[in-house]
Amino acid sequence: MQRIGVFVCWCGSNIAGTVDVKAVAEALKAEPGVVYSTDYQYMCSQAGQNLIIDAVKEHNLTGLVICSCSPRMHEATFRKTAAAAGLNPYMVEIANIREQCSWVHKEMPVGTEKAIILGKAAVAKVNLNTSLTPGESPVTKRALVIGGGIAGIQTALDIADAGFPVDIVETKPTIGGKMAQLDKTFPTLDCAACILTPKMVDVAQHDKIRIFSYSEVTEVKGFVGNFDVTIKKKARFVDETKCTGCGDCVDKCPMKKNPNEFNMGMDNRSAIYIPFAQAVPKVATIDAGACTMLKKGKCGLCSKVCGAGAIDYTQKDEFIEEKYGAIVVATGFNPISMDKFDEYAYSQSKDVITSLEFERLTNAAGPTQGKLLRPSDGKHPHKIVFVQCVGSRCAACAEKGKEYCSKICCMYTAKHAMLTRDKYPDTEVYVFYIDVRTPGKNFDEFYRRAVEEYGVNYIKGMVGKIVPEGDVLKVQASDLISNKQLHIDADLVVLAAAIEPDKSARPLATMLTASMDTNDFFTEAHPKLRPVESPTAGVFLSGACQGPKDIPETVSQAGAAASKVIGLLCKDKLTGNPCIASANEMMCNGCSSCERVCPYGAITYSDKEFRMPDRTTQIRRVASVNPAVCQGCGACTVACPSGAMDLKGFTNSQIMAEVDAICK
Amino acid sequence: MQMKEYKPLIVAFCCNWCSYAGADLAGNNRLNYPADVKIIRVPCSCRVNPMFILRAFQRGADGVILCGCHPGDCHYTSGNYYTRRRMAMLFSMLDYLGVERERTRVEWVSAAEGAKFAATMNDFVAQVTALGENKRLEDLRCKR
Ligand SMILES: Cc1cc2nc3c(=O)[nH]c(=O)nc-3n(C[C@H](O)[C@H](O)[C@H](O)COP(=O)(O)OP(=O)(O)OC[C@H]3O[C@@H](n4cnc5c(N)ncnc54)[C@H](O)[C@@H]3O)c2cc1C
Ligand code: SF4
Ligand code: SF4
Repeated sequence: MQRIGVFVCWCGSNIAGTVDVKAVAEALKAEPGVVYSTDYQYMCSQAGQNLIIDAVKEHNLTGLVICSCSPRMHEATFRKTAAAAGLNPYMVEIANIREQCSWVHKEMPVGTEKAIILGKAAVAKVNLNTSLTPGESPVTKRALVIGGGIAGIQTALDIADAGFPVDIVETKPTIGGKMAQLDKTFPTLDCAACILTPKMVDVAQHDKIRIFSYSEVTEVKGFVGNFDVTIKKKARFVDETKCTGCGDCVDKCPMKKNPNEFNMGMDNRSAIYIPFAQAVPKVATIDAGACTMLKKGKCGLCSKVCGAGAIDYTQKDEFIEEKYGAIVVATGFNPISMDKFDEYAYSQSKDVITSLEFERLTNAAGPTQGKLLRPSDGKHPHKIVFVQCVGSRCAACAEKGKEYCSKICCMYTAKHAMLTRDKYPDTEVYVFYIDVRTPGKNFDEFYRRAVEEYGVNYIKGMVGKIVPEGDVLKVQASDLISNKQLHIDADLVVLAAAIEPDKSARPLATMLTASMDTNDFFTEAHPKLRPVESPTAGVFLSGACQGPKDIPETVSQAGAAASKVIGLLCKDKLTGNPCIASANEMMCNGCSSCERVCPYGAITYSDKEFRMPDRTTQIRRVASVNPAVCQGCGACTVACPSGAMDLKGFTNSQIMAEVDAICK
Repeated sequence: MQMKEYKPLIVAFCCNWCSYAGADLAGNNRLNYPADVKIIRVPCSCRVNPMFILRAFQRGADGVILCGCHPGDCHYTSGNYYTRRRMAMLFSMLDYLGVERERTRVEWVSAAEGAKFAATMNDFVAQVTALGENKRLEDLRCKR
């Protein structure tokens, strides 16, 4: 039998104004288990807490009921008080008689009656409370970063600089992500390569960072502090440790007609290739689909010219298993496919391009060495039309576009328009927009410069149709402000395609049991207060995989994610929430109902030996809950048909007791 | 003799992360609702076993309301989806047993929706009051 003390708080006049606290304390004295009951002006004050501690000692209390403000306010406080008095902190229950009573009911008799009932429910619950001890688990002091764009790079550097080892897994042969493909970057117009490539070199040279390029995560097991991850290193048919990145093989390879992904397919690369001059790691990769040696066993030229002897046609995919304490997702984004936007003639004309293609076309290392030339005939375009929001903010066209704003397109279109006018003042530039959104620092100034200093023609309106006719692209559009139909004969059209999360993000989210929104962006643990953590403990978010972002935002989020990881890896042990599920093995029939509903994959099964009353033994399959993974939602407890699963701190009998007390 | 005004007994299960916080916010903003509503805190709406609801009716509750985070906002990702499905089943079964649909409700209330919490409770209490006492499942041995 419990010895319960009841402590009714006045909260000054906040509670005592509408609840007769003395009457509450008096009424609760009669409840089973209650041996002491009192009231005080401010229970949470030092004096109030001392009063509780003294009462525990004097009356040998084993459980406490505090009738006060919301447990969301002071549960933690009173648990500490209980601990200071030598009780288990989980022997405390709170009756919320402020937010749920004195503040919402105006009349004293009504408030008092309800406060007594809430107090009774809390007493009924404490009678069934048991001591709970949070579990502890060790922390593996190594982080995994999935994705090697600017987000992953920054997160990895920050974690490694704090002294913790970091591995980066990147699907492409090189790190760098989309930023490596950009020319100049808004709002300052510094060249992307000049600010990115030094960071890539820092990553390559950092003694705490390992790069797994051309690799994928294939399996994730475990939980915060203790993830077991399998990484597949895809065969690139080149020994990374031997390749010096000289490029001799690339020059000699006869299979030169393969679309160059890095240049958005606007020129070709050979079957063995290095994506770009500053690639990290600077190692060649053989495209197995294009190499005749791998397909038909004929050629082998690269192996002959490689002075380092790095070519290995027999290389196989390699699987690496590693332990991590924390995982950061930085899988970024991609522009959506333009296939469904046929009104813009993307598939019909080479001179209708996307903005990312435009970046390559103006980049000194791109297919035209930075000269703005039409892909169709290599001529200089004199009239360029930019179309914003292609597939963005398109609630009506959900089947081909996206409902959300892609956020970066207004700014990079202003950048493209400005840079074009700067380099080629004889070019007429039109930008069609729904709205121009420029909320970042120095963003609006940037946009206004495009209009005022560089004479870019901004037209509010949508482009209805683009028809290629001979040499020109006939653009039909409406100008919403002057309410006119426009017909422009353009030489080049640039589409600001909406962006979407990488396609690999969803299967990855399933592996990590991290959640995503309907657009496949990773969701954060709290949209405002925990923006860089996923709801799954130990999994963090960095960059555009969480939502559209420009580089400054990506980098700040990357640093924030790193600081959260560092905070986690600094700990030697993690203490969990003790209010978690556990299965009564004697009642469990191994049906798997609980496992199917657990959102965290916390439940596993094992065969256990049971001694039967007749002295025989029986082997049965029973459920067990991993205390470090269980978050304590209770979904499994309801799913369990045999009543074997229960939730500590919120047991079936405790909640039933509360129901009974309220309905008495 | 004057009849005592009928006061229903309402049990409200609120998830810790959204609806319980919404109720707290209703308190902070001093938004009144009838004292007939008594809240039981659960970690997630999916912790509510149909047995708890049956028990409440058996013990004389006149209405039971279950509040959770909005779909898609569950602190535990998907708990409220289970709730939605389970309660649809339970409520139709209760209806079949003669416990009117109006006595049970599932409502999504976020931590920011203090006003919605109070309005929901006002509405639900009025709805249950209109129905009067619940006799169907009440176990007379536990008569109040
Ligand atoms: C046309 C255009 C112009 C832009 N101009 C500017 C500008 O001027 N200024 C500015 O601030 N921002 C600009 N941006 C935005 C900028 O590109 C992004 O903010 C930035 O690239 C986001 O970085 P990230 O690392 O999150 O994503 P990404 O750059 O997309 O990097 C993600 C990386 O993860 C890898 N990856 C994906 N999935 C997996 C997986 N499952 N496993 C392993 N690796 C994976 C990818 O291969 C990639 O390397 C522009 C964007 C576009 C499209
Ligand atoms: S309480 Fe929730 S998280 Fe824990 S095992 Fe049960 S379903 Fe999984
Ligand atoms: S649902 Fe219950 S009986 Fe079935 S496996 Fe889980 S704990 Fe065991």
